[in-house]
Amino acid sequence: MREFRYALKQTLPVFCGYMVLGIAFGLSMHEAGYNWLWSMLSSTVVFAGSLQFTLIGMLGGNLLDVAITSLSVNCRMLFYGISLIERFRPLKKSKLYAMFALSDETYSLLCGAQTPEGLSDKKVVLWMSLLDQSYWILGSAIGGLMGQALPFDMTGVDFAMTALFTVIFVERWQASKSRLPAFIGLGYALLSLLVFGPANFLLPALIAIVFTLFLLRDVIENKEEKAV
Amino acid sequence: MSPTLHALLILLVAGGVTFLIRALPFLLFGNGERVSPQLHFIGRTLPLSVIAVLIVYCLKDAILSSFSALWPQLIGILITALLHLWKHNNLISIAGGTIIYMILIRLL
Repeated sequence: MREFRYALKQTLPVFCGYMVLGIAFGLSMHEAGYNWLWSMLSSTVVFAGSLQFTLIGMLGGNLLDVAITSLSVNCRMLFYGISLIERFRPLKKSKLYAMFALSDETYSLLCGAQTPEGLSDKKVVLWMSLLDQSYWILGSAIGGLMGQALPFDMTGVDFAMTALFTVIFVERWQASKSRLPAFIGLGYALLSLLVFGPANFLLPALIAIVFTLFLLRDVIENKEEKAV
Repeated sequence: MSPTLHALLILLVAGGVTFLIRALPFLLFGNGERVSPQLHFIGRTLPLSVIAVLIVYCLKDAILSSFSALWPQLIGILITALLHLWKHNNLISIAGGTIIYMILIRLL
């Protein structure tokens, strides 16, 4: 249970972010005529926030459109597993769930802090994945149930998500021996946003980043060796 | 097909495609053999790039609209980063940055 408590503490920021976004999702589903059970169902079988928002308008649409949309909205996740292959290996059969539940936020948490000595890393990974998805499902249900009446003005709470990414960025920045990948990521993200617009910029940016990292491998590894 | 069944099918397709995307690296490279040095390099350096991209993703609408929408977020990010460099406590950094941001957008 020490793993559970550790995972609970680590996932608290995601709880805040997911409750807000989940409620927003539940509210939007409700407005589109799908009740809280539908929101929960979507969050259970899809568990990918930006895609779920996109799907609200497509639930009566055709299957091929949905498949193509899912592919393009979530393509960035193709790259997430690469850094987790070794870490997920001890999970054996439960790896299926950890792969299924690898959202942006769970991925960033897994990239963040190292599991402390004495705790089972595979239990931490599983608890974090399970807790994150539970928060998301809970948020969606609450949003669907409460309709539009919020008790007080919470505008801006969703900034917690940006702050979470910032914290992980600072941790990665301090742990990395070469900071070049940060600038490569930032540069291509901004360039791609200006060229392709907000709906389609993630995939081109990620492809360009992977190519550039490979091209600059010698430069980056030289820097890493000097930093030792 | 009834609309209910159709919507259910839509969710299953979206969930299935998303699962395949997330599982693909494990299917391609996870079969017992060691991960190649190239892949290891990407796995080591990519997260810092991707987190930078995700921060831009959070700011995308503000970046494209106006500076008045962007600056409270930039200050929020700066406060979050400084708090984190100072205290190294996730909750303090995130709560601090978020509260400052919420105050800033109300003062505008």
